[in-house]
Amino acid sequence: MQIHISSDGPPIYEQIANQIRYRIVSGQLRPGDELPTIRGLAEKLRVNPNTVARAYREMEQEGLLEKRRTTGTFVAELTERRSIAERRRILAPLLDKLVIQSRQLELSLEDVVEQLHKRDQQITRESASS
Amino acid sequence: MSILHEIGSSGLAVDLQNLSRRFRGEYALHDVSLQIPTGSVFGLVGLNGAGKTTLIRHIIGAYKAQHGRVVVLGGDPVLQPQVVLKKVGYLTEEDSLPRWMRVGDLIDFTRAIYPTWDEVYAKQLCEQFELIRSSSLIALSKGQRARAGLLVAIAHRPELLVLDEPSSGLDPVARGDILEAIIRTISDDGRTVLFSSHLLDEVERVCDCIAMMHEGQIVESLTTEQLQDRYCEVIGAGAMAEVAARFPQAFGWRQSGTEWSTVVGCDWLNQQVDSRQLGVIERREISLERWFMARAGESKQKSPVAVGTEGDNHV
Repeated sequence: MQIHISSDGPPIYEQIANQIRYRIVSGQLRPGDELPTIRGLAEKLRVNPNTVARAYREMEQEGLLEKRRTTGTFVAELTERRSIAERRRILAPLLDKLVIQSRQLELSLEDVVEQLHKRDQQITRESASS
Repeated sequence: MSILHEIGSSGLAVDLQNLSRRFRGEYALHDVSLQIPTGSVFGLVGLNGAGKTTLIRHIIGAYKAQHGRVVVLGGDPVLQPQVVLKKVGYLTEEDSLPRWMRVGDLIDFTRAIYPTWDEVYAKQLCEQFELIRSSSLIALSKGQRARAGLLVAIAHRPELLVLDEPSSGLDPVARGDILEAIIRTISDDGRTVLFSSHLLDEVERVCDCIAMMHEGQIVESLTTEQLQDRYCEVIGAGAMAEVAARFPQAFGWRQSGTEWSTVVGCDWLNQQVDSRQLGVIERREISLERWFMARAGESKQKSPVAVGTEGDNHV
């Protein structure tokens, strides 16, 4: 994985997590695909293994990754198998963050929903062209 | 002692207790207590003259403690150098290798000192770094000399690798080789790295514990996760002089145009019911650089003693 770490950005674990998340939602990483080992990725990116472990841990908690004992870390199996309630629960903290930020920025909910549609279309376009 | 709590019983690679050192009456180190947990990559940061190199020289047994106690890998590096130092690898910024030697001489010389020398690893590093045994050190570029120094610092697979400003003046490729060596060293279980550097983005990348020194004292020592959990940067609008009183523990104030930025405790900020009333526009995750600059600026305004005794922030 060609993950890029910028020295002027969000915390490194978040940069790693974001780039893997993007690969998962855009379909470049498929359910069941194996991720690099924590040590392997840490050596390649030249970052502390704890940082990679924290990125994996966050994504595990979100249900995007799953750790299989002794074998490694994999992209979680198809999300359809999860109940809709479970999927919504995973999304809830991100929605909270979005709502709070929007209020702080005094953006209306309608405006935010419109932005979401736009982003969704853009991600569809980007993943189609890649 | 939050770091100790987290590390539990796995032990300390370095334990400094109340270490003081004076040069011509001036304190270079003043009552420094510092614990480096086994298995960590410990970043030592601070302005020039903060005392980082003096501290490191105590760890590698080059200075005897005038006052206080130094324990490295369970022993005293001055009294038991033969026990302690063979388990330590050391690389410094200074081009301190004997220049009249050839690469091969340097390797053979160092191999003879260390019983744990790993011949296979040394050969592999030699190839990776494209070092030729017959080259004389004086003829090498600065980057290649640093690689030769790195090779002899890590080929005996030290339990503690001490890097004192190893990257200064090196090109990005050579710096990358050093970072890779750091990550590989701790990937081997239980090994510890002490990394002193001004390159804060490198420290942020590879370290999981950080201590900042200022005027011979440790200002704060914490894990990188604690740094994120404890501090954040807030950006706000308005005159800094008017809002500053509403942020009793904030430090590192900066005004730029109509906006200001400061560093606050996350706990404190979370307790504020409405951050907008404080004039806050945005809350950002703290970067090592922002925290460092804030701490360095704060220390300028206070006496070093006051900084060192700040209860909340002192580990």
